[in-house]
Amino acid sequence: MPTVTLKVNGKKHSVDVDPRTLLVQLLREQLRLTGTHVGCDTSQCGACVVHVNGRAVKSCTMFALSAEGADVLTIEGLANGSALHPMQEAFREHHGLQCGFCTPGMIMSAVDMVKRKGNDLDEDTIRHELEGNLCRCTGYHNIVKAIAAGAKAMKSGAKTSKAA
Amino acid sequence: MTSAGTGIGAAVRRKEDQRFITGQGHYTDDIHREGETRAYFLRSPHPHATILKIDKAKAEKMPGVVAVLTGAELAADKIGNLICGWAITSKDGSPMNMGPHPALAQGKVRHVGDQVAVVIAETLNQAKDAAAEIAVDYGVLTAVADPAKAQDPKAPQIHDNAPKNTIYQWALGDAAATDAAFRNAKHVVKLKLVNNRLIPNAIEPRAAIGDYDAGSDFSTLWVTSQNPHVHRLVMAAFMGLAPENKFRVIAPDVGGGFGSKIFIYAEESVCLWAAKKLKRPVKWTAERSESFQTDAHGRDHVTSAELALDAGGKILGLRVKTIANLGAYMSTFSSSVPTYLYATLLSGQYDIPAIYCEVDAVYTNTAPVDAVRGAGRPEACYVIERLMEIAARELRTDPAELRRKNFIRKFPHQTPVIMAYDTGDYDASLKKALEIADVKGFGQRKQEASRRGKLRGLGYSTYIEACGLAPSAAVGSLGAGVGLWESAEVRVNPTGSVEILTGSHSHGQGHETTFAQLVSERLGIPIEQVSIVHGDTDKVQFGMGTYGSRSGSVGMTAIVKALDKIEAKAKKIAGHLFEASPGDIEFKNGKFTVAGTDKSLAFGEVALAAYVGHKFPTHEIEPGLKETSFYDPTNFTFPSGCHICEVEIDPETGKTKIARWTAVDDFGVLVNPMIVEGQVHGGVAHGIGQALLENCVYDEDGQLLTGSYMDYTMPRADDLPSFKVGTTVTKCPSNPLGVKGCGEAGAIAAPVALINAITDAVGSEDVAMPATAQTVWQAIQKTHRQRKAAE
Repeated sequence: MPTVTLKVNGKKHSVDVDPRTLLVQLLREQLRLTGTHVGCDTSQCGACVVHVNGRAVKSCTMFALSAEGADVLTIEGLANGSALHPMQEAFREHHGLQCGFCTPGMIMSAVDMVKRKGNDLDEDTIRHELEGNLCRCTGYHNIVKAIAAGAKAMKSGAKTSKAA
Repeated sequence: MTSAGTGIGAAVRRKEDQRFITGQGHYTDDIHREGETRAYFLRSPHPHATILKIDKAKAEKMPGVVAVLTGAELAADKIGNLICGWAITSKDGSPMNMGPHPALAQGKVRHVGDQVAVVIAETLNQAKDAAAEIAVDYGVLTAVADPAKAQDPKAPQIHDNAPKNTIYQWALGDAAATDAAFRNAKHVVKLKLVNNRLIPNAIEPRAAIGDYDAGSDFSTLWVTSQNPHVHRLVMAAFMGLAPENKFRVIAPDVGGGFGSKIFIYAEESVCLWAAKKLKRPVKWTAERSESFQTDAHGRDHVTSAELALDAGGKILGLRVKTIANLGAYMSTFSSSVPTYLYATLLSGQYDIPAIYCEVDAVYTNTAPVDAVRGAGRPEACYVIERLMEIAARELRTDPAELRRKNFIRKFPHQTPVIMAYDTGDYDASLKKALEIADVKGFGQRKQEASRRGKLRGLGYSTYIEACGLAPSAAVGSLGAGVGLWESAEVRVNPTGSVEILTGSHSHGQGHETTFAQLVSERLGIPIEQVSIVHGDTDKVQFGMGTYGSRSGSVGMTAIVKALDKIEAKAKKIAGHLFEASPGDIEFKNGKFTVAGTDKSLAFGEVALAAYVGHKFPTHEIEPGLKETSFYDPTNFTFPSGCHICEVEIDPETGKTKIARWTAVDDFGVLVNPMIVEGQVHGGVAHGIGQALLENCVYDEDGQLLTGSYMDYTMPRADDLPSFKVGTTVTKCPSNPLGVKGCGEAGAIAAPVALINAITDAVGSEDVAMPATAQTVWQAIQKTHRQRKAAE
């Protein structure tokens, strides 16, 4: 079995993988980082979004072996110890989640959105940028609010905030 | 935080969010058991076929395979079938024709995706590889997928005991009175419609882990369930998978349900059975395409309806005939959805003297159909509200005015279809919705849009629904096999913190917060000191689960009743501590006081004293402070409201943009307005999905064409607007909290509001759900042609 070596949330891993293994399966099953979720089999739902080398990627659509040498950030690596990332805090403050299943992918997509589109995101931009993330619970209304607020909070340089 | 800021009515931020926003939830697929095997189901590619032979010899020898099991092994182990637990009787008094529903097919497959075999292997890839080597000889049969064609004499019979694929022919109401109403009518509105089939698509796919401890003969099941105790009861009592007293079912974090995770399915049954057989944990998680094929689908009615009105626009009667598709097998609650959850709401918000509704439920070679958010009430609301809107147009009356003319204003109001509405103020929600939606300004917005070449339309939905399921005797008399009470156990700890063990289940509803708000306010303790425990049959003795918008009105009332008992006992103990009579003890804001004195004890002090047991006669009052209540509601609850949808359509493309959405709902008392709004947003989004985007399509031969998110259009953020949400309040009189419930209302109200708006914009009633761009564009073209022909 081939081996893949990669960094996940700052920690180096060398893992033997069946070549068919998707990055999301490596994360969930072998590294037991179950915060990244699988919601579909056609790359639409976005529950599996992580950052690979600083870009949002759907980890269900990437082989683990393709992540050789990569620097991967998952939802578990976003907070700074017990201090939440402002986007995480914004989702709680604005009730941007209900069942929580799409949430890690939403948050990771949102952080990437801010990186690409800036801190002052209008509603149309956010809604358009969320085409790759499905939510069945919230109707998106509060997710949009949360992302707008989280984007602004990221601007103030406050990298993290207190967990409740 | 003081209890004042975290009580009923406060927009408390959710306690459960911490684990979800940090990726530390425990959903079923996140859980790993030592030595677990992985299951993969071989499913029928045919909609209807006999199974002539299954050759699993090669598969069994593949690497990593532990076992390959089929219906034959299941039958040999005498495992019972999956059941439908609601007995519906036909008009002629005959019972419903329930065909057998084994967890693995026996002799026949009846829908694409039907379970034929299961491979259990060390890894999922090994299981899949082995499944590909199972050779099945099928005797392919013709299939029928269209409910309107299922009763055709030429259609293939799907179950031996259901001739003409008819499950039941049911009716409700007064046929003679309704016929008379139509004879006297000055105006009759007729409507033929299809309430389109939905796939629930919670973002977390269904999953299960079965585990068996041979030493103690104890079975454990982790499953994505909205009601773990119901799973346990059915699997123990009807399927014989494990005795109830040696069987634990855990529904951990569950990623959305919307009804689809109520039912007892084949996959978790097989995982549990296989775990006991193989003495190893067996884990299964659906791939999304499996969810499409096997999660219970929703809606799928073919209906013709007529509304009889007098010259002044007063409704005289309503007549409805529906064919309801229940799919290839009867799912757990399937029979109740197009009967007692549907026809009983056909009166809507209106005083209708006579109603008659007939429902034929049929089998087809499609996935089983059961409750999906709203379950029967969206179908009813669609019928009556489409008829009202069309009536208004035909009578050239303002749609709001026609509704007002027919509103019920005297409560309680007995409808002709069983339901007796307890309280409501339909004028108030209509008035508020008109204001928020700025209906006055619509004319101007329509003109302005027209200058840009766009069509604007306005659509109403004044809905009512019945939820807070349900008074046990009432549903029992209608055929339910279970009661629909709810339980709560309040455990006060010696240190004064409290655990609530609730029979409700949260899969997004926020009970860990809302239930804690109730307790925090009632006991006057900080909300951090209140824990809500749910989803584990080892912890909570029994509960009926969460669906039918029942956890507020029924689940929380059970907590109130248990808290009443806690307060009563604590007062007795406090009486001894104070050396005063219990009658003089008052409890307020977390403190016990003696009337007329300045003596005071905090709740925590009395709690500790209860467990220490030194200072009161323990032969009269037992030590400890823990009380249970099983609460049976005395009535359904009746949320109602008015949704107004404004659309703007591009006639060149038929594409609909929702310009504004107004929802004014009467949910009675709101426990947490932030969470209530979230439920409205989600419900409306679901309803817009049905009306604009979603459609489960089987071809004539029963092949599922919409088998993934590629072909089934889920609502996305840019399909939806931000919503304007308001509330009016008439307190629910049947529970001490005054709560009606809010989880499904949006999905009930929304579809018809959208279609009413689109048909208004294009000037044609010929718009079916989903109102895709193609559908709308064709309606516009047809209208142009008709206008041209008329010139």
